[in-house]
Amino acid sequence: MSPGAPGADSAPLLELDGVTKSFGAVAALRGVHLALHPGEAHALVGENGAGKSTLVKTLAGAHAPDAGRMTLDGRPLQLRGPADARAAGIAVIYQEPTLFPDLSVAENIFMGRQPLRGLRRIDTRAMNRDAERLFERLGVRIDPARPARGLSIADQQLVEIAKALSFDARILVMDEPTAALSGVEVERLFGVARSLCERGAAVLFISHRFDEVFDLCQRITVLRDGAWVSSDRAADLTVDEVVRRMVGREVSSLYPKQDAPLRDTLLEVRGLSRAGVFSDVSFSVRGGEIVALAGLVGAGRSEVARAVFGVDRYDAGEVRVAGRALPPGNPGRAIAAGMALVPEDRRQQGLVMELSVERNATLARRRALSRLGLLLGGAERAEARRWTRRLQVKASRLAAPVATLSGGNQQKVVLAKWLATEPRILIIDEPTRGIDVGTKAEVHRLLSELAGEGLAILMISSELPEVLGMADRVLVMHEGRVVRELPRAEADETSVMYAATGQGAIS
Amino acid sequence: MAHDSLYAAPPSAADTEREAGRLAGLRGALGSWDAAIVAALVVAVVLAGLSVPNFATGRNAQFLLLDLVPLALLALPMTLIVITGEIDLSVASMVGLGSTLMGQLWLSSGLSLELICVLVVLLGAAFGAVNGLFVTGFGLPSLAVTIGTLALYRGLSFVVLGDQAVADFPASWTAAAVQTIPGTSIPAAVVPVLLLALVFGVVLHATPAGRALYAMGNNDEAATFAGVSVARTKFWLFVVSGAVCGLAGVFWTLRYASARGDNATGLELTVVTAVLLGGVSIFGGRGGLLGVVAGVLLLGVLRNALQLADVDANALTIVTGTLLIVSVVLPNAVADVRARLHRRRQRAHLTAS
Repeated sequence: MSPGAPGADSAPLLELDGVTKSFGAVAALRGVHLALHPGEAHALVGENGAGKSTLVKTLAGAHAPDAGRMTLDGRPLQLRGPADARAAGIAVIYQEPTLFPDLSVAENIFMGRQPLRGLRRIDTRAMNRDAERLFERLGVRIDPARPARGLSIADQQLVEIAKALSFDARILVMDEPTAALSGVEVERLFGVARSLCERGAAVLFISHRFDEVFDLCQRITVLRDGAWVSSDRAADLTVDEVVRRMVGREVSSLYPKQDAPLRDTLLEVRGLSRAGVFSDVSFSVRGGEIVALAGLVGAGRSEVARAVFGVDRYDAGEVRVAGRALPPGNPGRAIAAGMALVPEDRRQQGLVMELSVERNATLARRRALSRLGLLLGGAERAEARRWTRRLQVKASRLAAPVATLSGGNQQKVVLAKWLATEPRILIIDEPTRGIDVGTKAEVHRLLSELAGEGLAILMISSELPEVLGMADRVLVMHEGRVVRELPRAEADETSVMYAATGQGAIS
Repeated sequence: MAHDSLYAAPPSAADTEREAGRLAGLRGALGSWDAAIVAALVVAVVLAGLSVPNFATGRNAQFLLLDLVPLALLALPMTLIVITGEIDLSVASMVGLGSTLMGQLWLSSGLSLELICVLVVLLGAAFGAVNGLFVTGFGLPSLAVTIGTLALYRGLSFVVLGDQAVADFPASWTAAAVQTIPGTSIPAAVVPVLLLALVFGVVLHATPAGRALYAMGNNDEAATFAGVSVARTKFWLFVVSGAVCGLAGVFWTLRYASARGDNATGLELTVVTAVLLGGVSIFGGRGGLLGVVAGVLLLGVLRNALQLADVDANALTIVTGTLLIVSVVLPNAVADVRARLHRRRQRAHLTAS
């Protein structure tokens, strides 16, 4: 099976061959093939971290590939920046539209290319008329003169599409455009995509929703771990087959969760809701147990964790720690009650990059370390040394800024910071994101050890092998709800993936 | 690569590395910044002593230090506020308003002067609370809020007293304000300022709250995740700033034996300059109180020496403004150069290996 070969009935408009892109030690794309044919909608699917976004950014000209060829109409294509991509007729629509909220719709569409009249003044009337014509082509009614602020996500996306049309884009890349859309809006978007195809454009559609993928696309490319897996006609595939290809790898033995005796329920969450983010989330975690919160990016997992810990507020529901209600919106109280949250974004939320290793490691425990209200450097250093030893953090000096450490060691410092508070409940969001294999195994062993010591652990992870290897129970979230609860014995790649993509009810 | 080795390029690659270089540079620059300011202070004192007539006299030392008292007072809370990444530009206006309120209360309320002094400090705290409320409650930038209250409080201080001045404070009080420690020419007022500086220094450098200030100044999101109440802490800093301004207003009134609407006009510029000169980063998260004390003294010595040398007031403002810009630009320029050198070394290293 050669890339793009299956039944290619026309010469590809845009072709990628062996495209490779690494960030430091992490290979995001490894020799990816992709052929977009005129008049065809092509789906790109894969798990979180499979390299879809990197590929989109490469097409948008935001990332230059390290190796590989891109050809447009058979001619080599080199994108030095987004302007080059635009000039080549490639338009990208992201999940989160990037409009200027205070400018008018028409100004957003023609930003940087506004029609001018005498004295280089912007010809607003002409601009609005042109925008109106674009919307007519799309079959929608949006007032070009109104500000972009306040438009629904769907309308914002339509503005982005109008922008793409105004460039005469021949290649339209849509990165999860339907995540925030309702059924009617999705239909309208697909209608536009189909009519673009009829005019000979190529569409690259990225989505986790298989029904939409099969509805819109004629061809499906699967990526896994940054590598190209397959490209086939959609008609030759089934949902099962696609899921199998997305996850099809061995669950490695890197994830040794030891069985630990289950103790009392330590964390109980009931009916937690936050409008538009998640709703009616209920679960409990017992001491000695690791519960994984699985789901796709955007399913609301991290948001639930933030609300439980008190960084964000919630509209309804309650959180109980060892039977006692926790006041909402107060991380300090959560910490005092014995809760710890290792956040998703290490550099932004987990660490103060400019401060030293020891200050970071003791930041959450600064009160407990003080004597008579005074906190002296010695106490911090001793505490930091204790935990950085236990976690084998490699740092030149404890006084060195934490930014000088490698990613894996930074993650260990975050862990040290929270373990130093001696929590009873550990919520850990993406425990091993962006760290190397060896450190990953260390983190997994540590989590297993901690569960053995009686901690209740809630783990959020986008890596299925990690979820399946570590968790005693798996809660699967889809679009803000817990749709499935799977005990360890029943959790496998397919069942989790099905539930995460909203297919749970059918299977 | 099985494990992350010690200084292995982290996965998130180039920007971490660059940031690390920049930070290390900044750190080095500021580590020596304290020393540089102290050295500059010594040089300034020696030069002024040698070349400016009447500089090295007890009487001048007394006036120099007396002039520095309000500046030093205001610089203390300002240091903490700037470290959290905010700023309070309304300080001088709060001093002025405190001063006129003291005058008006003395003139018309019949309260004892002790009680009036306490009231002025409390009112100062209330003015600070207004700043704090706008900044933390409504999430507005402190720069904008306190520019607004700079004008508002100054305007109010003219409402309180008009362009009249109250000067008939008891002589025992006004004399006490300028009294020296017996046997020296050091004003007694320096002692409470030093005590207060000690308190602020301990809070900033040796308490959990101090750690929280640095954390939120660098990254308030990470601070929130670590259980720091960012908004509440900032609110109370503005309250403390207001209270200290009230205190400075009382001192100002007694020291010059005059409560007037234009007291301390423009002092905020000098305070911010002293704080930045002392090595506090205008971007927050960096600096220390020792440096700020040295910065206050350096600025005071420079201004005093120039005044004695008959340099006019406009030139003094130019000096202050220039120092302000230098203390913002220099640490960044140094860090930039170091980061660039660091990168070049790295590139050389890469091509060599």
